[in-house]
Amino acid sequence: MVAKFRGTYGSGITPLTYAGQNYMAVDRSLIPEILQVLRNEERFDYCVDITAVHYPKREKQFDVVWVLYSFARNERIRVTTQIVDGESLPSAVPIWPAANWLEREVYDMFGIKFDGHPDMKRILLPEGWKGHPLRKDYGILQQDNEWVQINLGIESGQ
Amino acid sequence: MTDQHSSLSNLDLETPEKPFLDANELVINMGPQHPATHGVLRVILRLDGEKVLGLECVIGYLHRGVEKIGEHRTYTMFNPYVDRMDYVAAVSNGLGYCETVEKLLNVEAPPRAQHVRVILTELNRIASHQLWLGTHALDIGAITPLFYTFRDREEILKIYEKYCGARLTTHAFRIGGLQYETYTGFEKEVKNFLDFFRPKIDEYEELLTTNRIWVERTKNVGTISAQDCIALGVTGPVLRASGVKWDLRKAQPYANYKNFDFEIPIGQNGDTYDRYLVRMAEMRQSVRIIEQAVGALPEGPIMAKVPKVMKPAAGEVYHSIEAPKGELGYFIVSDGSTQPYRVRVRPPSFVNLQALDVMCRGQLVADVIAVIGTLDIVLGEVDR
Repeated sequence: MVAKFRGTYGSGITPLTYAGQNYMAVDRSLIPEILQVLRNEERFDYCVDITAVHYPKREKQFDVVWVLYSFARNERIRVTTQIVDGESLPSAVPIWPAANWLEREVYDMFGIKFDGHPDMKRILLPEGWKGHPLRKDYGILQQDNEWVQINLGIESGQ
Repeated sequence: MTDQHSSLSNLDLETPEKPFLDANELVINMGPQHPATHGVLRVILRLDGEKVLGLECVIGYLHRGVEKIGEHRTYTMFNPYVDRMDYVAAVSNGLGYCETVEKLLNVEAPPRAQHVRVILTELNRIASHQLWLGTHALDIGAITPLFYTFRDREEILKIYEKYCGARLTTHAFRIGGLQYETYTGFEKEVKNFLDFFRPKIDEYEELLTTNRIWVERTKNVGTISAQDCIALGVTGPVLRASGVKWDLRKAQPYANYKNFDFEIPIGQNGDTYDRYLVRMAEMRQSVRIIEQAVGALPEGPIMAKVPKVMKPAAGEVYHSIEAPKGELGYFIVSDGSTQPYRVRVRPPSFVNLQALDVMCRGQLVADVIAVIGTLDIVLGEVDR
Protein backbone atom coordinates (compact mmCIF):
# COMPACT_ATOMS: atom_id res chain seq x y z
CA MET A 1 0.00 0.00 0.00
CA VAL A 2 2.75 2.42 0.99
CA ALA A 3 4.56 1.51 -2.23
CA LYS A 4 1.44 2.44 -4.19
CA PHE A 5 1.23 5.74 -2.31
CA ARG A 6 4.85 6.45 -3.09
CA GLY A 7 4.10 5.91 -6.75
CA THR A 8 1.29 8.46 -6.61
CA TYR A 9 2.68 11.06 -4.26
CA GLY A 10 6.43 10.64 -4.70
CA SER A 11 8.79 11.90 -2.04
CA GLY A 12 6.00 13.39 0.10
CA ILE A 13 5.69 10.02 1.83
CA THR A 14 8.40 8.20 3.74
CA PRO A 15 7.68 4.64 4.85
CA LEU A 16 9.21 3.84 8.24
CA THR A 17 9.44 0.76 10.42
CA TYR A 18 10.23 0.41 14.09
CA ALA A 19 9.89 -2.70 16.26
CA GLY A 20 8.00 -4.43 13.47
CA GLN A 21 5.40 -1.68 13.17
CA ASN A 22 4.96 0.18 9.92
CA TYR A 23 4.10 3.81 9.80
CA MET A 24 4.52 6.63 7.35
CA ALA A 25 5.72 10.18 7.60
CA VAL A 26 3.62 12.34 5.34
CA ASP A 27 4.23 15.86 4.12
CA ARG A 28 1.87 18.40 5.73
CA SER A 29 0.46 19.45 2.33
CA LEU A 30 -0.64 15.88 1.52
CA ILE A 31 -2.46 15.25 4.82
CA PRO A 32 -6.05 16.14 3.76
CA GLU A 33 -5.83 13.92 0.70
CA ILE A 34 -4.04 11.01 2.36
CA LEU A 35 -6.56 10.81 5.22
CA GLN A 36 -9.44 10.81 2.71
CA VAL A 37 -7.80 8.12 0.60
CA LEU A 38 -7.05 5.96 3.64
CA ARG A 39 -10.66 6.15 4.76
CA ASN A 40 -12.43 5.78 1.43
CA GLU A 41 -10.15 3.68 -0.74
CA GLU A 42 -8.02 1.73 1.71
CA ARG A 43 -10.97 1.19 4.10
CA PHE A 44 -9.36 2.39 7.33
CA ASP A 45 -12.75 2.97 8.89
CA TYR A 46 -11.81 3.22 12.56
CA CYS A 47 -9.84 6.20 13.86
CA VAL A 48 -8.12 4.76 16.91
CA ASP A 49 -6.25 7.77 18.17
CA ILE A 50 -4.97 11.21 17.33
CA THR A 51 -2.12 12.65 19.32
CA ALA A 52 0.96 14.85 19.06
CA VAL A 53 4.57 14.98 20.23
CA HIS A 54 6.45 18.19 20.95
CA TYR A 55 10.07 18.64 19.83
CA PRO A 56 10.94 22.21 20.90
CA LYS A 57 14.43 22.12 19.36
CA ARG A 58 13.21 21.35 15.88
CA GLU A 59 12.12 24.01 13.43
CA LYS A 60 8.90 22.07 12.81
CA GLN A 61 8.07 21.67 16.46
CA PHE A 62 5.21 19.18 16.41
CA ASP A 63 4.65 15.65 15.22
CA VAL A 64 0.95 14.91 14.85
CA VAL A 65 0.05 11.21 14.79
CA TRP A 66 -3.07 9.48 13.52
CA VAL A 67 -3.52 5.82 14.48
CA LEU A 68 -5.95 4.11 12.13
CA TYR A 69 -7.38 0.63 11.94
CA SER A 70 -9.21 -1.24 9.22
CA PHE A 71 -11.76 -3.85 10.26
CA ALA A 72 -11.80 -5.31 6.75
CA ARG A 73 -8.02 -5.79 6.59
CA ASN A 74 -7.35 -6.27 10.33
CA GLU A 75 -4.48 -3.85 9.94
CA ARG A 76 -3.26 -0.84 11.80
CA ILE A 77 -1.41 2.09 10.34
CA ARG A 78 0.11 5.24 11.75
CA VAL A 79 0.39 8.48 9.83
CA THR A 80 2.63 11.21 11.17
CA THR A 81 3.29 14.70 9.95
CA GLN A 82 5.42 17.59 11.10
CA ILE A 83 4.05 21.09 11.57
CA VAL A 84 5.45 24.36 12.88
CA ASP A 85 4.09 26.01 16.00
CA GLY A 86 0.91 27.93 15.22
CA GLU A 87 0.09 26.03 12.06
CA SER A 88 -3.31 24.38 11.92
CA LEU A 89 -4.42 21.08 10.42
CA PRO A 90 -7.63 20.06 8.66
CA SER A 91 -10.08 18.42 11.03
CA ALA A 92 -10.74 14.71 10.52
CA VAL A 93 -14.23 14.93 12.04
CA PRO A 94 -16.00 14.82 8.63
CA ILE A 95 -14.05 11.62 7.88
CA TRP A 96 -14.23 9.96 11.30
CA PRO A 97 -16.67 11.43 13.87
CA ALA A 98 -14.49 9.78 16.54
CA ALA A 99 -11.88 12.46 15.89
CA ASN A 100 -14.03 15.04 17.67
CA TRP A 101 -12.83 14.63 21.25
CA LEU A 102 -9.40 13.39 20.22
CA GLU A 103 -8.69 16.61 18.31
CA ARG A 104 -10.04 18.68 21.16
CA GLU A 105 -7.62 16.93 23.48
CA VAL A 106 -4.69 17.64 21.14
CA TYR A 107 -5.73 21.30 21.10
CA ASP A 108 -6.06 21.34 24.88
CA MET A 109 -2.69 19.73 25.54
CA PHE A 110 -0.59 21.16 22.70
CA GLY A 111 -2.43 24.17 21.29
CA ILE A 112 -2.69 22.74 17.79
CA LYS A 113 -5.86 23.91 16.06
CA PHE A 114 -7.91 21.85 13.65
CA ASP A 115 -9.73 23.76 10.89
CA GLY A 116 -13.34 22.84 10.34
CA HIS A 117 -13.75 21.18 13.74
CA PRO A 118 -17.33 21.72 14.94
CA ASP A 119 -16.40 22.74 18.47
CA MET A 120 -12.72 23.59 18.87
CA LYS A 121 -12.37 24.21 22.58
CA ARG A 122 -10.61 22.74 25.59
CA ILE A 123 -11.83 19.40 26.87
CA LEU A 124 -9.94 18.32 30.00
CA LEU A 125 -8.73 21.65 31.30
CA PRO A 126 -11.22 24.40 32.13
CA GLU A 127 -12.10 27.09 29.65
CA GLY A 128 -9.89 30.13 30.18
CA TRP A 129 -6.83 28.18 31.37
CA LYS A 130 -3.56 29.56 30.04
CA GLY A 131 -0.94 27.30 28.51
CA HIS A 132 -0.89 23.82 27.01
CA PRO A 133 0.52 21.33 29.53
CA LEU A 134 2.02 18.66 27.29
CA ARG A 135 4.36 21.10 25.58
CA LYS A 136 7.89 20.50 26.71
CA ASP A 137 8.34 24.09 27.90
CA TYR A 138 5.44 23.70 30.34
CA GLY A 139 6.92 22.61 33.67
CA ILE A 140 5.59 19.60 35.51
CA LEU A 141 4.69 21.70 38.58
CA GLN A 142 3.54 24.68 36.54
CA GLN A 143 -0.09 25.72 36.59
CA ASP A 144 -2.25 28.70 35.81
CA ASN A 145 -2.17 30.28 39.29
CA GLU A 146 -4.25 33.22 38.16
CA TRP A 147 -7.05 30.89 37.10
CA VAL A 148 -6.84 28.94 40.34
CA GLN A 149 -6.97 32.11 42.46
CA ILE A 150 -9.91 33.63 40.59
CA ASN A 151 -12.01 30.49 40.17
CA LEU A 152 -11.21 28.43 43.23
CA GLY A 153 -10.46 31.23 45.66
CA ILE A 154 -7.29 29.59 46.97
CA GLU A 155 -3.68 30.71 46.76
CA SER A 156 -2.38 27.68 44.89
CA GLY A 157 -3.63 24.33 43.73
CA GLN A 158 -0.64 22.49 45.15
CA MET B 1 -23.49 23.94 22.09
CA THR B 2 -26.09 23.72 19.37
CA ASP B 3 -23.63 23.06 16.59
CA GLN B 4 -21.39 20.65 18.38
CA HIS B 5 -22.94 17.62 16.82
CA SER B 6 -23.63 18.86 13.32
CA SER B 7 -20.71 16.73 12.25
CA LEU B 8 -22.66 13.66 13.20
CA SER B 9 -25.42 14.43 10.75
CA ASN B 10 -24.47 11.47 8.59
CA LEU B 11 -25.26 9.18 11.52
CA ASP B 12 -28.84 8.03 11.80
CA LEU B 13 -29.80 10.13 14.76
CA GLU B 14 -33.31 9.99 16.01
CA THR B 15 -34.18 13.63 16.42
CA PRO B 16 -37.88 14.35 16.53
CA GLU B 17 -38.98 16.82 13.88
CA LYS B 18 -41.97 18.06 15.79
CA PRO B 19 -41.64 18.90 19.44
CA PHE B 20 -43.11 16.28 21.69
CA LEU B 21 -44.58 18.86 24.01
CA ASP B 22 -45.29 22.35 22.87
CA ALA B 23 -43.01 23.76 25.49
CA ASN B 24 -39.73 25.62 25.52
CA GLU B 25 -36.53 23.66 25.34
CA LEU B 26 -35.28 22.95 28.81
CA VAL B 27 -31.60 22.81 29.67
CA ILE B 28 -30.77 20.77 32.73
CA ASN B 29 -27.45 20.19 34.39
CA MET B 30 -26.64 16.76 35.79
CA GLY B 31 -23.56 16.22 37.89
CA PRO B 32 -20.64 16.45 38.43
CA GLN B 33 -21.62 15.30 41.92
CA HIS B 34 -24.35 12.89 40.97
CA PRO B 35 -24.46 9.34 42.32
CA ALA B 36 -25.41 7.79 38.99
CA THR B 37 -22.65 9.31 36.89
CA HIS B 38 -20.08 6.92 38.37
CA GLY B 39 -17.61 9.59 39.33
CA VAL B 40 -17.39 13.21 38.44
CA LEU B 41 -19.04 13.45 35.06
CA ARG B 42 -21.13 16.48 34.25
CA VAL B 43 -23.81 16.19 31.58
CA ILE B 44 -25.75 19.14 30.20
CA LEU B 45 -29.06 17.89 28.86
CA ARG B 46 -31.31 19.63 26.39
CA LEU B 47 -34.82 18.42 26.98
CA ASP B 48 -38.21 18.65 25.39
CA GLY B 49 -40.46 17.64 28.23
CA GLU B 50 -38.84 14.41 29.32
CA LYS B 51 -37.32 13.65 25.94
CA VAL B 52 -33.62 14.18 25.37
CA LEU B 53 -32.84 16.35 22.35
CA GLY B 54 -29.11 16.30 22.84
CA LEU B 55 -26.48 16.47 25.50
CA GLU B 56 -22.98 17.64 26.13
CA CYS B 57 -20.46 16.02 28.44
CA VAL B 58 -18.16 18.17 30.54
CA ILE B 59 -15.17 16.17 31.69
CA GLY B 60 -11.76 16.78 33.20
CA TYR B 61 -12.59 16.94 36.91
CA LEU B 62 -10.22 14.07 37.62
CA HIS B 63 -7.45 15.22 35.28
CA ARG B 64 -4.11 14.50 36.92
CA GLY B 65 -1.82 14.82 33.93
CA VAL B 66 -0.76 11.18 33.85
CA GLU B 67 0.85 11.60 30.43
CA LYS B 68 2.93 14.53 31.67
CA ILE B 69 4.01 12.59 34.75
CA GLY B 70 5.15 9.77 32.46
CA GLU B 71 7.61 12.09 30.73
CA HIS B 72 9.26 12.83 34.05
CA ARG B 73 9.61 9.30 35.38
CA THR B 74 11.72 6.38 34.24
CA TYR B 75 10.00 3.50 32.48
CA THR B 76 9.93 1.46 35.70
CA MET B 77 8.80 4.34 37.89
CA PHE B 78 5.84 5.10 35.66
CA ASN B 79 4.50 1.54 35.89
CA PRO B 80 2.43 2.00 39.10
CA TYR B 81 0.90 5.22 37.78
CA VAL B 82 -0.99 3.47 34.98
CA ASP B 83 -2.95 1.47 37.57
CA ARG B 84 -4.56 4.71 38.68
CA MET B 85 -6.32 5.36 35.40
CA ASP B 86 -8.91 2.60 35.18
CA TYR B 87 -8.72 1.78 38.87
CA VAL B 88 -11.26 -1.05 38.69
CA ALA B 89 -9.18 -2.84 36.05
CA ALA B 90 -5.68 -1.90 37.14
CA VAL B 91 -4.16 -5.18 36.03
CA SER B 92 -5.21 -4.61 32.41
CA ASN B 93 -3.63 -1.16 32.42
CA GLY B 94 -0.39 -2.62 33.70
CA LEU B 95 -0.42 -5.37 31.10
CA GLY B 96 -0.82 -2.87 28.27
CA TYR B 97 1.96 -0.64 29.54
CA CYS B 98 4.42 -3.47 30.24
CA GLU B 99 3.82 -5.04 26.83
CA THR B 100 4.36 -1.73 25.06
CA VAL B 101 7.67 -1.10 26.80
CA GLU B 102 8.65 -4.71 26.14
CA LYS B 103 8.04 -4.03 22.45
CA LEU B 104 10.34 -1.00 22.65
CA LEU B 105 13.01 -3.04 24.43
CA ASN B 106 12.45 -6.02 22.14
CA VAL B 107 12.05 -8.52 24.95
CA GLU B 108 9.31 -11.01 25.64
CA ALA B 109 8.05 -12.21 28.99
CA PRO B 110 8.74 -15.94 29.67
CA PRO B 111 5.87 -18.45 29.27
CA ARG B 112 5.11 -18.76 32.97
CA ALA B 113 4.81 -15.00 33.31
CA GLN B 114 2.55 -14.87 30.26
CA HIS B 115 0.25 -17.48 31.77
CA VAL B 116 0.00 -15.74 35.13
CA ARG B 117 -0.60 -12.46 33.31
CA VAL B 118 -3.54 -13.97 31.47
CA ILE B 119 -4.98 -15.42 34.69
CA LEU B 120 -4.75 -12.14 36.59
CA THR B 121 -6.02 -10.05 33.68
CA GLU B 122 -9.03 -12.27 33.12
CA LEU B 123 -9.80 -12.28 36.84
CA ASN B 124 -9.69 -8.52 36.56
CA ARG B 125 -12.11 -8.58 33.64
CA ILE B 126 -14.54 -10.53 35.81
CA ALA B 127 -14.05 -8.11 38.71
CA SER B 128 -14.60 -5.11 36.43
CA HIS B 129 -17.76 -6.61 34.95
CA GLN B 130 -19.03 -7.48 38.41
CA LEU B 131 -18.58 -3.91 39.58
CA TRP B 132 -20.29 -2.70 36.42
CA LEU B 133 -23.22 -5.07 36.92
CA GLY B 134 -23.75 -4.14 40.55
CA THR B 135 -23.67 -0.39 40.04
CA HIS B 136 -25.56 -0.46 36.73
CA ALA B 137 -28.38 -2.51 38.27
CA LEU B 138 -28.40 -0.22 41.30
CA ASP B 139 -28.81 2.82 39.05
CA ILE B 140 -31.79 1.23 37.39
CA GLY B 141 -33.33 0.30 40.71
CA ALA B 142 -32.33 -3.29 41.45
CA ILE B 143 -30.44 -3.20 44.73
CA THR B 144 -29.82 -6.92 45.24
CA PRO B 145 -27.23 -7.55 42.48
CA LEU B 146 -24.92 -5.00 44.09
CA PHE B 147 -24.58 -7.10 47.23
CA TYR B 148 -24.16 -10.30 45.25
CA THR B 149 -21.47 -8.94 42.95
CA PHE B 150 -19.50 -7.19 45.68
CA ARG B 151 -19.60 -10.34 47.79
CA ASP B 152 -18.14 -12.39 44.94
CA ARG B 153 -15.71 -9.73 43.76
CA GLU B 154 -14.16 -9.88 47.21
CA GLU B 155 -12.87 -13.37 46.40
CA ILE B 156 -10.90 -12.02 43.43
CA LEU B 157 -9.52 -9.16 45.49
CA LYS B 158 -8.41 -11.67 48.12
CA ILE B 159 -6.38 -13.50 45.46
CA TYR B 160 -4.77 -10.19 44.46
CA GLU B 161 -4.07 -9.29 48.04
CA LYS B 162 -2.35 -12.58 48.64
CA TYR B 163 -0.38 -12.25 45.42
CA CYS B 164 0.90 -8.72 45.79
CA GLY B 165 -0.54 -7.14 48.91
CA ALA B 166 -2.82 -4.73 47.08
CA ARG B 167 -6.44 -5.13 46.20
CA LEU B 168 -7.14 -2.48 43.60
CA THR B 169 -4.04 -0.74 42.30
CA THR B 170 -2.05 -3.92 42.16
CA HIS B 171 1.08 -3.12 40.15
CA ALA B 172 1.09 -6.85 39.49
CA PHE B 173 3.43 -6.90 36.49
CA ARG B 174 6.89 -5.69 35.81
CA ILE B 175 8.41 -4.81 32.48
CA GLY B 176 9.69 -8.20 31.31
CA GLY B 177 7.54 -10.38 33.51
CA LEU B 178 5.91 -10.45 36.91
CA GLN B 179 6.40 -8.52 40.10
CA TYR B 180 6.25 -11.63 42.28
CA GLU B 181 6.30 -15.39 41.96
CA THR B 182 2.86 -16.80 42.71
CA TYR B 183 2.24 -17.82 46.30
CA THR B 184 1.90 -21.43 47.44
CA GLY B 185 -1.57 -22.66 46.67
CA PHE B 186 -2.23 -19.98 44.05
CA GLU B 187 -3.43 -22.45 41.45
CA LYS B 188 -5.70 -24.19 43.91
CA GLU B 189 -7.25 -20.95 45.08
CA VAL B 190 -7.90 -19.78 41.52
CA LYS B 191 -9.52 -23.13 40.73
CA ASN B 192 -11.61 -22.89 43.88
CA PHE B 193 -12.69 -19.44 42.84
CA LEU B 194 -13.79 -20.71 39.43
CA ASP B 195 -15.87 -23.46 41.01
CA PHE B 196 -17.32 -20.94 43.41
CA PHE B 197 -18.02 -18.36 40.72
CA ARG B 198 -19.56 -20.45 37.94
CA PRO B 199 -22.96 -20.89 39.66
CA LYS B 200 -22.85 -17.25 40.75
CA ILE B 201 -23.20 -16.05 37.15
CA ASP B 202 -26.41 -18.08 36.93
CA GLU B 203 -27.49 -16.46 40.16
CA TYR B 204 -27.02 -12.97 38.70
CA GLU B 205 -28.85 -13.98 35.56
CA GLU B 206 -31.73 -15.41 37.57
CA LEU B 207 -32.17 -12.03 39.20
CA LEU B 208 -32.13 -10.01 36.00
CA THR B 209 -32.27 -11.74 32.62
CA THR B 210 -35.99 -12.44 32.64
CA ASN B 211 -36.91 -9.87 35.26
CA ARG B 212 -39.70 -7.85 33.74
CA ILE B 213 -38.64 -4.51 35.22
CA TRP B 214 -35.05 -5.05 34.09
CA VAL B 215 -36.10 -5.97 30.56
CA GLU B 216 -38.46 -3.00 30.28
CA ARG B 217 -35.77 -0.62 31.45
CA THR B 218 -33.04 -1.94 29.16
CA LYS B 219 -34.60 -3.30 25.95
CA ASN B 220 -34.47 -0.77 23.11
CA VAL B 221 -32.78 1.74 25.38
CA GLY B 222 -29.64 3.47 24.20
CA THR B 223 -29.53 1.62 20.91
CA ILE B 224 -26.50 2.19 18.71
CA SER B 225 -25.82 0.58 15.34
CA ALA B 226 -22.58 -1.14 14.41
CA GLN B 227 -21.94 1.53 11.79
CA ASP B 228 -22.23 4.33 14.33
CA CYS B 229 -20.03 2.44 16.78
CA ILE B 230 -17.24 2.19 14.23
CA ALA B 231 -17.63 5.81 13.12
CA LEU B 232 -17.40 6.99 16.72
CA GLY B 233 -14.52 4.68 17.57
CA VAL B 234 -16.51 2.76 20.17
CA THR B 235 -14.90 -0.55 21.17
CA GLY B 236 -15.28 -3.31 23.71
CA PRO B 237 -18.57 -4.89 24.79
CA VAL B 238 -20.53 -1.92 23.39
CA LEU B 239 -19.25 -2.62 19.89
CA ARG B 240 -19.78 -6.36 20.25
CA ALA B 241 -23.35 -5.90 21.48
CA SER B 242 -24.04 -4.11 18.19
CA GLY B 243 -23.06 -7.25 16.32
CA VAL B 244 -19.41 -6.71 15.42
CA LYS B 245 -17.36 -9.77 16.26
CA TRP B 246 -14.19 -7.94 17.12
CA ASP B 247 -11.98 -8.51 20.11
CA LEU B 248 -8.29 -7.65 20.15
CA ARG B 249 -7.55 -10.90 21.96
CA LYS B 250 -8.56 -12.65 18.75
CA ALA B 251 -7.99 -10.00 16.07
CA GLN B 252 -4.42 -9.15 17.05
CA PRO B 253 -3.50 -11.57 19.82
CA TYR B 254 -1.18 -10.30 22.53
CA ALA B 255 0.26 -12.02 25.63
CA ASN B 256 -0.44 -15.69 24.83
CA TYR B 257 -4.15 -15.51 24.16
CA LYS B 258 -3.74 -17.41 20.93
CA ASN B 259 -3.09 -20.57 22.99
CA PHE B 260 -6.51 -20.48 24.60
CA ASP B 261 -9.83 -21.54 23.30
CA PHE B 262 -12.64 -19.06 23.84
CA GLU B 263 -15.45 -17.37 22.02
CA ILE B 264 -16.37 -13.75 21.37
CA PRO B 265 -19.96 -13.23 22.50
CA ILE B 266 -21.90 -10.76 20.38
CA GLY B 267 -25.33 -9.17 20.51
CA GLN B 268 -27.73 -8.16 17.76
CA ASN B 269 -29.69 -5.08 18.70
CA GLY B 270 -27.00 -2.90 20.24
CA ASP B 271 -29.27 -1.91 23.10
CA THR B 272 -28.64 -1.85 26.84
CA TYR B 273 -30.09 -5.33 27.28
CA ASP B 274 -27.75 -6.83 24.67
CA ARG B 275 -24.77 -5.16 26.25
CA TYR B 276 -25.81 -6.74 29.52
CA LEU B 277 -26.00 -10.17 27.89
CA VAL B 278 -22.63 -9.73 26.18
CA ARG B 279 -20.89 -8.86 29.43
CA MET B 280 -22.49 -11.77 31.22
CA ALA B 281 -21.30 -14.11 28.45
CA GLU B 282 -17.84 -12.53 28.61
CA MET B 283 -17.56 -13.45 32.28
CA ARG B 284 -18.26 -17.07 31.35
CA GLN B 285 -15.60 -16.93 28.63
CA SER B 286 -13.11 -15.45 31.09
CA VAL B 287 -13.76 -18.38 33.39
CA ARG B 288 -12.99 -20.67 30.45
CA ILE B 289 -9.71 -18.92 29.72
CA ILE B 290 -8.58 -18.94 33.36
CA GLU B 291 -9.45 -22.61 33.63
CA GLN B 292 -7.21 -23.47 30.67
CA ALA B 293 -4.40 -21.19 31.83
CA VAL B 294 -4.32 -22.41 35.40
CA GLY B 295 -4.52 -26.02 34.27
CA ALA B 296 -1.42 -25.71 32.12
CA LEU B 297 0.70 -23.32 34.15
CA PRO B 298 4.28 -23.97 33.03
CA GLU B 299 7.28 -23.93 35.33
CA GLY B 300 10.16 -21.60 34.69
CA PRO B 301 11.42 -18.10 35.27
CA ILE B 302 9.01 -15.22 35.78
CA MET B 303 11.25 -12.48 34.45
CA ALA B 304 12.92 -12.06 31.08
CA LYS B 305 16.42 -10.61 30.96
CA VAL B 306 15.87 -6.88 31.08
CA PRO B 307 18.49 -4.29 31.95
CA LYS B 308 18.23 -2.66 35.38
CA VAL B 309 18.44 0.74 33.71
CA MET B 310 16.15 0.67 30.72
CA LYS B 311 17.21 2.69 27.73
CA PRO B 312 15.18 1.64 24.70
CA ALA B 313 16.56 2.74 21.34
CA ALA B 314 14.99 5.87 19.93
CA GLY B 315 11.71 5.09 18.23
CA GLU B 316 7.96 4.95 18.70
CA VAL B 317 5.54 2.13 19.31
CA TYR B 318 1.76 1.82 19.50
CA HIS B 319 0.38 -1.25 21.21
CA SER B 320 -3.10 -1.96 22.43
CA ILE B 321 -4.92 -4.60 24.41
CA GLU B 322 -8.54 -5.53 25.00
CA ALA B 323 -9.27 -4.02 28.40
CA PRO B 324 -12.66 -4.81 30.00
CA LYS B 325 -13.98 -1.55 28.56
CA GLY B 326 -12.51 -1.68 25.06
CA GLU B 327 -9.30 -0.97 23.23
CA LEU B 328 -6.67 0.37 25.61
CA GLY B 329 -3.70 1.66 23.65
CA TYR B 330 -0.30 3.03 24.59
CA PHE B 331 1.78 5.14 22.25
CA ILE B 332 5.27 5.56 23.63
CA VAL B 333 8.05 7.60 22.05
CA SER B 334 11.56 6.87 23.21
CA ASP B 335 14.52 9.19 22.65
CA GLY B 336 17.06 6.68 23.90
CA SER B 337 17.13 7.98 27.47
CA THR B 338 15.86 6.37 30.68
CA GLN B 339 12.57 8.29 30.55
CA PRO B 340 9.92 8.06 27.87
CA TYR B 341 9.89 11.14 25.66
CA ARG B 342 6.13 10.93 25.33
CA VAL B 343 3.54 8.55 26.71
CA ARG B 344 0.11 8.67 25.17
CA VAL B 345 -2.70 6.59 26.60
CA ARG B 346 -5.65 5.84 24.38
CA PRO B 347 -8.33 5.13 26.95
CA PRO B 348 -11.43 3.18 25.92
CA SER B 349 -13.74 5.05 28.30
CA PHE B 350 -12.83 8.46 26.86
CA VAL B 351 -13.64 7.50 23.29
CA ASN B 352 -16.71 5.44 24.23
CA LEU B 353 -18.16 8.34 26.19
CA GLN B 354 -18.39 10.32 22.95
CA ALA B 355 -21.23 8.02 21.91
CA LEU B 356 -23.37 9.03 24.89
CA ASP B 357 -25.01 11.82 22.89
CA VAL B 358 -25.91 9.55 19.96
CA MET B 359 -27.24 6.86 22.28
CA CYS B 360 -29.39 9.18 24.39
CA ARG B 361 -31.14 11.20 21.68
CA GLY B 362 -34.85 10.60 21.66
CA GLN B 363 -34.73 8.72 24.97
CA LEU B 364 -36.17 9.74 28.32
CA VAL B 365 -34.14 11.41 31.05
CA ALA B 366 -34.28 8.30 33.23
CA ASP B 367 -32.70 6.33 30.38
CA VAL B 368 -29.67 8.60 30.37
CA ILE B 369 -28.74 6.99 33.69
CA ALA B 370 -29.15 3.54 32.16
CA VAL B 371 -26.98 4.49 29.18
CA ILE B 372 -24.18 5.98 31.30
CA GLY B 373 -24.20 2.74 33.27
CA THR B 374 -24.17 0.53 30.21
CA LEU B 375 -21.23 2.39 28.65
CA ASP B 376 -19.19 1.28 31.67
CA ILE B 377 -16.96 4.32 31.95
CA VAL B 378 -14.42 5.01 34.65
CA LEU B 379 -13.79 8.70 35.04
CA GLY B 380 -10.24 8.15 36.23
CA GLU B 381 -9.53 6.84 32.77
CA VAL B 382 -11.60 9.41 30.88
CA ASP B 383 -9.73 12.31 32.49
CA ARG B 384 -6.38 10.67 33.18
